Amino acid sequence: MTRRIAFRNARLIDPASGLDVRGGLLVENGRIADIGPRLFNDAEPGDPEVIDCKGLVLAPGLIDARVFTGEPGSEYRETLASASEAAAAGGITTIVVMPNTDPVIDEPSLVDFILRRAAATAKVRVAPMAALTRHLAGETMTEIGLLKEAGAVAFTDGDRTLANARVLRRALAYASTFDALIVGHAEDPTLTEGAAVTEGEYAMRLGLPAAPSAAEAIVVERDLRLVEMTGARYHFSQISTRAALDVIASAKERGVAVTCGVAAHHLALNELDVGSYLTFMKVKPPLRSEADPAAMVEGVASGLIDIIVSSHDPQAADTKRQPFAQAAFGAVGLETLLPVALGLHHDGRAHLSHVLKALSATPARILGLNAGTLAKGAPADLVLIDPDEPFTLRESELRSRARNTPFAGRRFHGRAQRTFVGGVCVFERKSGK
Amino acid sequence: MTPAHAEPLLKSSHLLGIEALSVGEIAALLDLAETYVALNRSASKKTDLLKGRTLINLFFEASTRTQSSFELAGKRLGADVLNMAVTSSSVAKGETLIDTATTLNAMRPDMLVVRHADSGAAELLARKLDCCVVNAGDGSHEHPTQALLDALTIRRRRGGFEGLIVAICGDVLHSRVARSNIHLLLKMGARVRLIAPRTLLPADADRFGVEIFHDMKKGLAGADIVMMLRLQLERMSGAFVPSTREYFRFFGLDHEKLKAAKPGALVMHPGPMNRGVEIDSAVADDIEVSVIQEQVEMGVAIRMAVLDALSRGLAQGGRNAP
Repeated sequence: MTRRIAFRNARLIDPASGLDVRGGLLVENGRIADIGPRLFNDAEPGDPEVIDCKGLVLAPGLIDARVFTGEPGSEYRETLASASEAAAAGGITTIVVMPNTDPVIDEPSLVDFILRRAAATAKVRVAPMAALTRHLAGETMTEIGLLKEAGAVAFTDGDRTLANARVLRRALAYASTFDALIVGHAEDPTLTEGAAVTEGEYAMRLGLPAAPSAAEAIVVERDLRLVEMTGARYHFSQISTRAALDVIASAKERGVAVTCGVAAHHLALNELDVGSYLTFMKVKPPLRSEADPAAMVEGVASGLIDIIVSSHDPQAADTKRQPFAQAAFGAVGLETLLPVALGLHHDGRAHLSHVLKALSATPARILGLNAGTLAKGAPADLVLIDPDEPFTLRESELRSRARNTPFAGRRFHGRAQRTFVGGVCVFERKSGK
Repeated sequence: MTPAHAEPLLKSSHLLGIEALSVGEIAALLDLAETYVALNRSASKKTDLLKGRTLINLFFEASTRTQSSFELAGKRLGADVLNMAVTSSSVAKGETLIDTATTLNAMRPDMLVVRHADSGAAELLARKLDCCVVNAGDGSHEHPTQALLDALTIRRRRGGFEGLIVAICGDVLHSRVARSNIHLLLKMGARVRLIAPRTLLPADADRFGVEIFHDMKKGLAGADIVMMLRLQLERMSGAFVPSTREYFRFFGLDHEKLKAAKPGALVMHPGPMNRGVEIDSAVADDIEVSVIQEQVEMGVAIRMAVLDALSRGLAQGGRNAP
């Protein structure tokens, strides 16, 4: 029996094709069967399930290209299942999970484990990245070919920077054989060792161990030279400084195959938000000077920064309730990714469709995922967004297993109302929640 | 104490740093400390101001000087004082700072004096506990009672701070004493200079409103006060200076370099000193210029003033009431 869902009266935004019209969309057996401005306009569709979108935005489900969970190894922080609950509530239909687990995802059987666990327990799609080096030790490259066959969408050492340039050069050259995407984290490991915040006046006032923000651009510059040398496909998982962005801009001008992302918190927060040692503001890389978030917003608006990620990194209360320098890095972000990103639209910095593109179509293209589009035949991964609904983020209402959000008490406009994965509703917001 | 003293003296119920204090609060603490200097020099040094109150000294870093100074201050004010030296072994057992402190808090102390190797540790405890917290040094952040006792020493010798040139020399990067002193001296109208090699100065130190020097003689020229900092060898996680002898040659205070300062300039040091590293014994022990022993004496008086001031909030707000 064919299962059909008719969406009518929606503002359809498909950033991949530039479509932004009032209309309807038909889902059949989990795929988009039809879409158009006149669909279901006049007559009530005769389908069993009709969803009146009441003019809200219907867009491709979001793809979050940087998510840490605790599965396997530290399920008390987050499981694939609990992360998927949070993702669904955030309008995210695909989470790309990092290999920094215990054990590290550096074996084809472990990629398989993630995919099977996800299929069995998660509400949203899970796309694993595999480690670039074994045990994330930065010494020996992993079986890039076999891991890719097993389903790894990219290769990364997650929140670690590969210190050894020779190892990186070889891994890049080898990966290009398989057209595999390499994803890098840019923090010079020796300059940032032991550091908790960005060097500067504020760090001095707090007396905290600090690293210069140039630690990012230094690695970006090095990595790009190696990318040019090897012809690999390369993506910077998240950058946070204007200096790094300038380096990437000049590489893009030279035609280097590089893309980059930015974490939502680096768009909205700066080092002053650390306040009096608020450990929920301790992220990696650290929050930057007041000028950097503005540069990041500018980068997203101009398209120089390709995608926005949550950098979701759940941490248990006991590792955050510590003196700042001892506290764990990381912030949860699945449920705030869309609200923070919509801020760019509300501030008049970027068109709504442009913001959604950085959250769906572009990450899909970079990662080679069959998602992020409203094209006929594509999987019906959809999000219904009220872009204007005002709300205050309450820590207690987060679905994530960990609650370490830097945005508690913040006011936002706009969030997901309903989320569909393969045509199945995985989240529906009860009013006011 | 006299009824006049029962007025609240500090806005906060904690003393976590100098940065948040007003000029008026600093001056009031110094005035109050003067009365304790006199008391400490008399035969009967004891009052019953804090009778029935419990003070816990919680030291995660060893410190003979500061801990005994707080202990004496508490005892002279009549409080019951418990010294807790938290060895690294209990940390190794997995107990966190918060665990330790909440355990102590359950014993209902009125005041907790805490020293910890991490910046922000005192602030964290103040947020989580319901007794008064006094910061006795947190990482590289602040050491407010040290700055207050330095200020008391200076004020007694020079009468005030307005226009004084104070040179702070040495390991500013790791020094909580330097940060607290910079805040205090600038608030009180002094001019502050920092003298150190570039590796021992924080980035953007000049944005504090201080003058930066990398040459001792230039930095000391015309200085009224020379504050030496301990070269914190135990904190050095990398090579900040190539050797102690090179450091002494260029940044150690001896009579030769001191000549650049104003005649009669005072030499201060928070202790413990590394003789022959940041300061020459001939200067440290020269009673004509060195006020290092006086600083220790003022330390007890200042800590009595701080405990006195904070105890007024206890009585009024009913904090810690059962």
